[in-house]
Amino acid sequence: MLKYSKDLLKTFYYKMYKIRRFEETVEKYFLDGEIPGFIHLYIGEEAIATGVCTLLDKNDYIASTHRGHGHTIAKGADLNRVMAEIFGKKTGSCKGKGGSMHIADFSVGMLGANGVVGGGYNLAAGAALAIKKQKRNNVSVVFFGDGASNRGTFHEAMNLASVWKLPLIFVCENNQWASTTPYRTSTSVEDISLRAIGYNMERKIVDGNDVFDVYEGFKEALNYVKSGKGPYFIEAKTYRIKGHFVGDPELYRTKEEVQKVFRENDPIKRFEEKVLGENLLDEVELKEIKDRVEIEIEEALKFAFESEYPEPHELYEDLYV
Amino acid sequence: MRKITFAQATLEATAEEMRRDSRVFVLGEDIARQGGIFGQFKGLAQEFGHDRIMDTPISETAIIGASVGAAMAGMRPVADMHFADFMGVAMDELFNQMAKIRYMFGGQTTVPMVVRAPDGLASSAAAQHSQSIEAWFMNIPGIKVVAPSNPADAKGLLKSAIRDDNPVIYFENKILYKESGEVPEGEYLTPIGKAKVVKEGKDITIISYSIGMKDAYIVAEILEDKGIEAEIVDLRTLVPYDKETILESVKKTNRLAIIHEAVKQGGAGAEIAAFVAENAIEYLDAPIMRFGAPFVPVPFSPPLEKAYRLNSKKIAKDILVNFNY
Repeated sequence: MLKYSKDLLKTFYYKMYKIRRFEETVEKYFLDGEIPGFIHLYIGEEAIATGVCTLLDKNDYIASTHRGHGHTIAKGADLNRVMAEIFGKKTGSCKGKGGSMHIADFSVGMLGANGVVGGGYNLAAGAALAIKKQKRNNVSVVFFGDGASNRGTFHEAMNLASVWKLPLIFVCENNQWASTTPYRTSTSVEDISLRAIGYNMERKIVDGNDVFDVYEGFKEALNYVKSGKGPYFIEAKTYRIKGHFVGDPELYRTKEEVQKVFRENDPIKRFEEKVLGENLLDEVELKEIKDRVEIEIEEALKFAFESEYPEPHELYEDLYV
Repeated sequence: MRKITFAQATLEATAEEMRRDSRVFVLGEDIARQGGIFGQFKGLAQEFGHDRIMDTPISETAIIGASVGAAMAGMRPVADMHFADFMGVAMDELFNQMAKIRYMFGGQTTVPMVVRAPDGLASSAAAQHSQSIEAWFMNIPGIKVVAPSNPADAKGLLKSAIRDDNPVIYFENKILYKESGEVPEGEYLTPIGKAKVVKEGKDITIISYSIGMKDAYIVAEILEDKGIEAEIVDLRTLVPYDKETILESVKKTNRLAIIHEAVKQGGAGAEIAAFVAENAIEYLDAPIMRFGAPFVPVPFSPPLEKAYRLNSKKIAKDILVNFNY
């Protein structure tokens, strides 16, 4: 573990914990009726966005999903504006026009969550094409779930990325659930990354609940893609701890199944046990990070609550240039 | 003035814009090596190379989706759809992604791209290679839609579309490709959103666009023989359409007929008719008339295709009856 600097370890913890607390906060205020629309939580999958985005800079692109808060935060979006957007306020990153399912922050290369499952692949492929044409040393990353790998868009983007050798990394978050349908009953393969073979693409499976494994796997992908060899496929095995959306009665699985994962495989708990067990960080250092996150969440909440809703005339703004 | 074909006009427009702006590139099926099925990309790969004139896999979804992504990342793609009919394959990318990205992200980005869509009836191409589907896109905020009727506008509108920071769908009629017309030498732009009164008249306004303009001219000639002076408005842009020019003309002539090759029901004519009825009904001396295709898919057999097509003589006859109102 010597290869990880304290700063990097702290970054991992900070990002994962920040996403967790953000999601718990959003869940609470949604249930209180303060947040409109639909909310899809990233709880339990924080290690993936963190492991991936820690290796990216703001000139790299990510395309996200309807479960996109974690990606947005990990990519470095301003927390106040993300929170305000989810509350539907005019100070939100999308001026209240997008909400949770269309959160985006172009200033950090976050090209948007997507309300259409599987809507992000080809956008990310296009961004990768732009990177290639502009001869930049950047990459484009598309996050997607196991369910989205059954969209036709997946196959068109995989083929295009492969034949054009695009600097594109596919990051499959295999969280076992396609909305309320178990992925094994709706997907032809156990390992979704097997599909990469059909597109002549390099692939790797990582433990999506272990930020170190995600980080190492993604680093390999990044080196490969940046050397100009074409796209890469990462499958991160994980589990969706929360329902498909906040309010999901979850009639399709038992509470015991979920609790078992939360007890034994929570990525944040696993990280804490590891860094404390191996004396990489101490309790005080973790506490400092937690306290900092709580302050940021409080500030974001305050910002969201105190911000105004958009005025009716703003309905007509930002349609055409 | 020199005469060139509609296809040559689009070629010139593309080449000029590609020379002017290195961010512009073209992607689509069979465009680089073959030069496009209607010759509308001929020779471009020789000048600009295969990095800027790109043959794609047969993946319409990826063509549009990747164009949107590239546009967000600073490029200016021109995506060819092969046949307008195939836009259905990429519909999510067109209406949920391309059209909405700027708005739903609060104006954080622009999506400067052009979708080229060859449309219309041609040589018994039948139900899936003959449609005119521009009306679909008049119902989707966030897209501009143009449909030139002649080589001069074909060039000027394509250049404007490529320079526009919004997504623009460029409907180009397959029959019109081979037709010649006067096209000025050198640089010029045709503004998006501006209709053109191509023939002045005082008795009736005939509005059309794209291939429908051929019928509009024929109809006007027949009416002329009967002593009726028709004013012809070439709409050129369907979104945003030129409300001012339409109203001005209708207020002058007090009658309105709208002609398009697309299906009449729910067509562009329905929108224009409703707009005029809402805003100038007191100026009208007779009911608004709409002429378009019947509510059936495009048939294959030549006699059936002919029966489907606009019939100028029949339109003129119906308009004459309208004058008895």
